[in-house]
Amino acid sequence: MTYPPNAPASAQGTAPARAGTGVPAQPSVAPAAAPPAAAPPAGPGTWAEVRERLRRAATTEPGRLQILGAVLALLVVAFGTVTAFEVADRASSADDVVSRSQPLSSDAAAIYRSLADADTAAASAFLAGAQEPPDVQKRYADDIATASRLLVKAAAGTEGSAESSREIATLNEQLPRYTGLIERARAANRQGLPLGGAYLRYANGTMTTELLPAAERLYEAETARLSQDDQDARDWPFLSLALGILVLAVLVWAQRRTYARTNRVFNQGLVAATAASVVVLLWLLAAHGVARAGLNEAREHGQDSLRVLTTARISSLKARANENLTLVARGAVLTDDGKNDKYETDYASSMNALVDALAQASELADDDAGRDPLAAAAERTAQWQERHKDARAKDDAGDFEGARLRVVGPKDTTGQSFDQVDAALKRALDHEQSEFTRAAEGGRGALTALPLGAAALGVLGAVGAVLGINRRLSEYR
Amino acid sequence: MRSGVDGAGMPGRRPDGRARSTRRPLGRLRGWGGVAAMAVACGLTASLTLLPLAHGGRGDSGPPEVTGPGVGTGVHVKADSCENPEASLRPSGADGPSIDAIKARGKLVVGVDQNSFRWGYRNPDKRVIEGFDIDLAKAIAKDILGSEEHIIFRAIPTNQRIAALESGKVDLVVRTMTINCKRIQQVAFSTAYFQAGQQVLAPKGPGITGYDSSLNGKRVCTAEGSTAYEALEKNPFGAVFQDEHDGTKDDKDLLTVPNQLDCLARLQLGEVDAVVTDNALAAGQAAQDPAVELKGEPFTTEYYGVAAKLGNDDLVRRVNQILVQYRQGAWTKAYDKWLKADLPGISGPPAPKYK
Repeated sequence: MTYPPNAPASAQGTAPARAGTGVPAQPSVAPAAAPPAAAPPAGPGTWAEVRERLRRAATTEPGRLQILGAVLALLVVAFGTVTAFEVADRASSADDVVSRSQPLSSDAAAIYRSLADADTAAASAFLAGAQEPPDVQKRYADDIATASRLLVKAAAGTEGSAESSREIATLNEQLPRYTGLIERARAANRQGLPLGGAYLRYANGTMTTELLPAAERLYEAETARLSQDDQDARDWPFLSLALGILVLAVLVWAQRRTYARTNRVFNQGLVAATAASVVVLLWLLAAHGVARAGLNEAREHGQDSLRVLTTARISSLKARANENLTLVARGAVLTDDGKNDKYETDYASSMNALVDALAQASELADDDAGRDPLAAAAERTAQWQERHKDARAKDDAGDFEGARLRVVGPKDTTGQSFDQVDAALKRALDHEQSEFTRAAEGGRGALTALPLGAAALGVLGAVGAVLGINRRLSEYR
Repeated sequence: MRSGVDGAGMPGRRPDGRARSTRRPLGRLRGWGGVAAMAVACGLTASLTLLPLAHGGRGDSGPPEVTGPGVGTGVHVKADSCENPEASLRPSGADGPSIDAIKARGKLVVGVDQNSFRWGYRNPDKRVIEGFDIDLAKAIAKDILGSEEHIIFRAIPTNQRIAALESGKVDLVVRTMTINCKRIQQVAFSTAYFQAGQQVLAPKGPGITGYDSSLNGKRVCTAEGSTAYEALEKNPFGAVFQDEHDGTKDDKDLLTVPNQLDCLARLQLGEVDAVVTDNALAAGQAAQDPAVELKGEPFTTEYYGVAAKLGNDDLVRRVNQILVQYRQGAWTKAYDKWLKADLPGISGPPAPKYK
């Protein structure tokens, strides 16, 4: 049954070869026709020879064993290699989460916060009068320096992300413009000119309509990238799993075959290959499961809380800036419908956003260390609202000075309540940040040794398979 | 009305008073939308256009187009829809229920501005409110209660002036408040104590010469919804004065701004070439920047009055009595102190008109 197919193959394979070598011996054949006849068969000839050899090998048991050994070795090595690559990919994504995307996202949040804080500090300093309090001045200067520094860092870290680059460009363009307006506001305020208030409001407008939205978009973009890396790290390595199952199936089949032919239960080499493959497969499942669990925890208990807390902090800063501006503008700017004070209205909406975000953060907080600062923040926010109401009542009654002292005065001010809210939120943020880092690092750690282990075990398994087959093979020699 | 100070947001009055009144509600519609506003606008338009006819007013001859600076005719602009809005009650020094209440309290409560430089402004160094309006308020307190110390200033925003009077939160409002036909339905005004008008403010030197063709191609800043904006809408002289998204939330507030003082900031930053606003407030701007000045002549006429709650006739008569005295010398003293440097050329207060 093997000869009939072989006959035409050998006829095809040998005839041209003979024709090629036999050109001088057969001058009767037209010389022009000989080279084209000789050249094309060269390729198919060797390929055909390989096929021929394989076919011939497959007819004998040693030949079949050789083929089986080669296939097993290849499969096990492929399994080890694919696992190593896929896991290395997940590990690098997990590493990106911990050491790149999350820091970039939290830097973007810090830029956002610094800008909002600078605006708040500028308005507070302005409201204090011609002599700006040095600590508030310093706070403003620090905020601007932090924002500038982090912008440079972010520009280096975003690696050509078009969206982030655009927002960073906007921020870099608008920030000097903003600080210029603030300096003019200060200069005019020092001379006691109401023009200072106009400049401060202009600066605030630039901040709230240009800078803060750009910073928010940057934060969103970086956070989206973090989610992407997180997702990449948690993707199941399906190819590795499928290959692993295939390898085990083939190994089991090979051993069953050996058992059927020799009645020997164990072939040590094949058993070793099977063991190595099982270890890689289990390791893969366990490590990936642990990594996913870690990253899940980081996302649920860290990242989501961080996002809500960042919103809370920004809202508190906006509320504070608007509270100050209500007194700076003194009713000079009304809402679009002309019925209410613009800044007081903006204060109210920021305050609502703060209260909402605090409630949400409390739901997300999963331990006392996370809940305590939030309870403190909520308490101080309530106090702030109380004092604000009092300040408004004073201002509405025509007691501007009384209202001003309630907002930026020496004691029992809304400013102190705000500072306490901010400090509590910072504590909560720090806690959630460390929660995030701990969980995500745990996840990343689970994958650390796997790529190398998978590669080594793959090689080991392949060697086992080859040795096991060779042992059977030697019985034929 | 989003302007911080009265003049910027008040309907100016021109020789063609009738046409002005009909335009006003339409102008206010910008950015408000809403059926209610439309209904009010229609009602107002109808009543204001029909009233002069009923009175056999002189506006019948049809609204003349803007005839340029028309200050000279200001005194004759009586053919308004309400005829003589600045005519007030005859002066009298007699006490009445509202003066008795003030005396019983021992303090006069006056609603003032704290944002208008030279008019009513909180001096950040001295932490007191000072200005032309404040001096007048003090003179009133001195006359009624014997000392200018017996006064409580309540800073009130523009949109709260009438409400503050109606609720009795303040006895009087002295706050660059323009006398007009709509307001005399809501509050009682004294005789006019200042005549103002829309004027152009621009950097010193040649270039822009006033509300004329020198504005061609220039970027002009106004307060949103102000008289100045409406005037430019009618006759822009080729000036650029509208933002791309005016009246929407995308409004960038470059040429039209929430408050007239914002215009000076933009002028200094080189973002606009000129400002059009009430000359009284423009004087406050010029006082803050020696590099700018008022250009040309005012091209509208409006009068400021002291406002009291409707029906407090004894108080209004008393204020008019005080104003008679005040015009004799104190007015000029206050003018010299607060306004003359930046708003020169005013020889004296407007003459009082009585019903």
